[in-house]
Amino acid sequence: MLHELTIHQAASLLRSGEITAVELTEAVLARILAVDNDVKAYLALTPEVALEQAAEADATLADARRAGTLAELPLLTGIPLAIKDVISVEGIPATCGSKILENYLPPYSATAVLKLRAAGAVLLGKTNTDEFAMGSSTENSAYFTTHNPWDLERVPGGSSGGSAAAVAADECLAALGTDTGGSVRQPAALCGVVGLKPTYGRVSRYGLIAYASSLDQIGSLAKDVTDAAILLGAIAGHDPRDSTSVNAPVPDYAAPFQHKPGLSGLRIGVPKEYFVPGMQPEVEAAVRAAIGVMRDLGAEIREVSLPHTDLALPVYYLIAPAEASANLARFDGIRYGLSASGGSLWETYRQTRGQGFGPEVKRRIMLGAYALSAGYYDAYYLKAQQVRTLIKQDFDNVLRDVDVIACPTSPTTAFRIGEKVDDPLSMYLTDIFTLSLNLAGICGLSLPCGFDAAGLPIGLQLIAGPFEEPRLLQAAYAYEQATDWHTRKPKLEAES
Amino acid sequence: MTTYETIIGLEVHAQLRTQSKMFCGCSADYAAAAPNTHVCPVCMALPGALPVINHTAVEKTILAGLALNCTICEHAVFARKNYHYADLPKGYQISQYELPFCRDGWIEVEVENKPGFSEKPGLSKRIGITRAHLEEDTGKLVHGGSEAGDTRLSQGRGSYTLVDLNRAGVPLLEIVTEPDIRSPEEARAYLVKLQQILRYLGVSSADMERGAMRCEANVSVRPVGQEKFGTKVEVKNLNSFKSVKLALEYEVARQIAALERGERVVQVTMGWDEERGRTVVQRTKESSDDYRYFPEPDLPPLVVDRAWVDEIRSRLVELPDAKIARYVNELSLDPRDAQLLAMDRGVAEYFEATLATLRNQVSRRNLVSSAMGDAKIAANWITGELFRLMNAAGAGIEAVKVAPAALAELLGLVAAGQVNQNGAKRALGAMFVTGQPADQVIRELGLAQVSDADALAQAVTDALAKFPAEVARYRGGEEKIFGWLLGQVMRETKGKGNPAVVRELLEKSLRG
Repeated sequence: MLHELTIHQAASLLRSGEITAVELTEAVLARILAVDNDVKAYLALTPEVALEQAAEADATLADARRAGTLAELPLLTGIPLAIKDVISVEGIPATCGSKILENYLPPYSATAVLKLRAAGAVLLGKTNTDEFAMGSSTENSAYFTTHNPWDLERVPGGSSGGSAAAVAADECLAALGTDTGGSVRQPAALCGVVGLKPTYGRVSRYGLIAYASSLDQIGSLAKDVTDAAILLGAIAGHDPRDSTSVNAPVPDYAAPFQHKPGLSGLRIGVPKEYFVPGMQPEVEAAVRAAIGVMRDLGAEIREVSLPHTDLALPVYYLIAPAEASANLARFDGIRYGLSASGGSLWETYRQTRGQGFGPEVKRRIMLGAYALSAGYYDAYYLKAQQVRTLIKQDFDNVLRDVDVIACPTSPTTAFRIGEKVDDPLSMYLTDIFTLSLNLAGICGLSLPCGFDAAGLPIGLQLIAGPFEEPRLLQAAYAYEQATDWHTRKPKLEAES
Repeated sequence: MTTYETIIGLEVHAQLRTQSKMFCGCSADYAAAAPNTHVCPVCMALPGALPVINHTAVEKTILAGLALNCTICEHAVFARKNYHYADLPKGYQISQYELPFCRDGWIEVEVENKPGFSEKPGLSKRIGITRAHLEEDTGKLVHGGSEAGDTRLSQGRGSYTLVDLNRAGVPLLEIVTEPDIRSPEEARAYLVKLQQILRYLGVSSADMERGAMRCEANVSVRPVGQEKFGTKVEVKNLNSFKSVKLALEYEVARQIAALERGERVVQVTMGWDEERGRTVVQRTKESSDDYRYFPEPDLPPLVVDRAWVDEIRSRLVELPDAKIARYVNELSLDPRDAQLLAMDRGVAEYFEATLATLRNQVSRRNLVSSAMGDAKIAANWITGELFRLMNAAGAGIEAVKVAPAALAELLGLVAAGQVNQNGAKRALGAMFVTGQPADQVIRELGLAQVSDADALAQAVTDALAKFPAEVARYRGGEEKIFGWLLGQVMRETKGKGNPAVVRELLEKSLRG
């Protein structure tokens, strides 16, 4: 079954000539046709574009085979990928899961997308997301809710729920997501795949339609750690178009895996604040068992403390909405997107934004505008920035003593569709273990570490300091190789 | 009746002269461009586009700040100023708020006398500059008439508004004064001075009529002796020096009249209505602006290190006030000439280049320079004859074809006695048109001065022979007729006679 392949498996079959990129792409498109009516991972599919790109990739592979330069080809050559709908791809709709951008066609591609295309990747389409990446379940998408491939009654997590579900259901080999407060890691955990949020500044945000500029980062959703590393290597790097991207060398993230098995010498910190009453006991048990596996692999386990953890949620819900309130001001019905005619400029704004934005987006714009208002700025926005510094210092302190932090990704496994839609606060709480990283700007990933009694996947979150992705991936790879969680597949009834 | 004191503070926006816009690579030179042709994802605020700082604009801001005697901040932060309007594509303007590039400066402005012509030192005054910061310009709105068209933004039935984003994102330097200005005349003097400095630095064309320099004023009045400021009114739409002065005079009179009637001044934003010659209310301040400023997360804070500032400081040119002082003190020019020459950097540079060549020539030819001094001679010719020719032709100094070296050459020939004043004026007139060198013009027009005593003696003889009656009157004691006789001899020489030699020969001849 070609659609079940990982990137690294497919890459070697493409090189050996056993399969072609067109065959691979056709297989994945067939899989999408078979299961996406149930999963609903994709907002838009571009099969013609994908097959054209696959044919180009086959030509590139053939040329390289003739020239004897196959080893120099990027691993992504001919690999079918999915892109979260908040990332711009030239000529393909970017709705951000919102009605306000329903008819918007980006005239340019995000830097990350250009890098994927330069590496020869095949783009299948755009995946579902909570509107403007605001949510934890895809239920805030203005179009539809994506279903968790492990249990179609349940959410895939969010906001990159479309990308996570597509990877879990083998509707792509890997996907790009974005992570502002956990939007790559939490759906990865809930869908049983690997989700990597890189260090802030590692991947260009140019062309990523901003939710919260100081927190947003594009990341990879993949079937295993190696694939997540390959994808990161392709999209990372300095971009002169993004002043917050960092000019640091991009290592070959997957290269060290072969050389250093085991975890001997690695110091892993376990933060006590991340095991809270009220979390699902099976999640705690699975994560503690995973930590045990890493100890057995030679890691030194230490209990550590991140004392400001409980402040991450309130800080996040001041800073992210504040930035969002400005970032979303450009959707005004004047230049692109929905334009609801009003009798005057102000009426046009009111109608366009009133009709175009969903309730969660409106809630966050209001929250953010309030936090920035004269008379409230110091008490809310400024105070939140000060506490953000404390949260960052927590990590700085702990990461002086340990190399990697291990903890749960989400306090529960996937919840039922509709279960939390009327209770924003309980929805916000699903991200309590992931928000802090974005506030600190450091890197983290989620990988499968077990299943609950209902057969739903559980995610282990690993965290490392700024630009410590190699160490993070190394630790994740060692754990992954010692377990087989990542090899398990949801049982989806394919429509035939 | 109470006497009132006027309090004015000014906010000036000057477009910086850069090749590209503030945060993207689009050309900032949009003057002749068709609407919405100088645009890209960044300045159109397409989803996902990000700003990148134009470092030339930052350097020009710092340069201006140094010239305005400001402190340059070591950390500068861009901030988002949030408001919705059709000419503001992002829904926020990237500006600066808490940490601008420049703060706490001042400008010295001549007051009392006509601006630019202060001959009495000590009548200048410092206007404090609160801050100077960098931001981006908005787009332009073009309001259409009542014909059918795009009515999406219509303000009334049938009218429409079009948006042109060519200007959106052009770098703007905003300069804010303290409430130090005490009269409309002072406000005007401040603006003239500011424009002069910005032009000297080459950071802005500062052309008010073309919108490259725009002004807003905060105006209030208070009874003399009262410490508390009166309620201020913001006046916008001041598009020329004239409208600044007229609008402020009108607004001050309006406020005083209101107070005299026992009313109070209401805090509003007014616009200057040029046609009707009055200020009109644009917006009441009850809907108080809240721009919800916060640091721009897409742009990291800028560290302005001292070495960078020093490097920029080394590019500071001598500014008008320093030039005037030097011209007066070192070149012994009179203050009026010094001001005329220093008003425009191009003229000052022209003058200095002319003087340098002239001095070089004079020393090379080992000529004794005139008692007036070379500087005075060069200044007189530039502010006199050259300005007259420029005015008549409607030309600026940049368009003058006479190179400073050519003018110096001409003045050298005058000093050497090879052409007299009148001949030189005629020569300059021809050079102004053709751009040819002085000696060529003089040769071709036959303007060379005749100093040869024999030739001139003949002219004297000829002239005296024509006017025996006048010669007799002179010899009869009517000495004032000498000038007229001198003129007749000069006419015999076709104006080319060396006046000193002619005078000497004529005197000798009349005595003899």
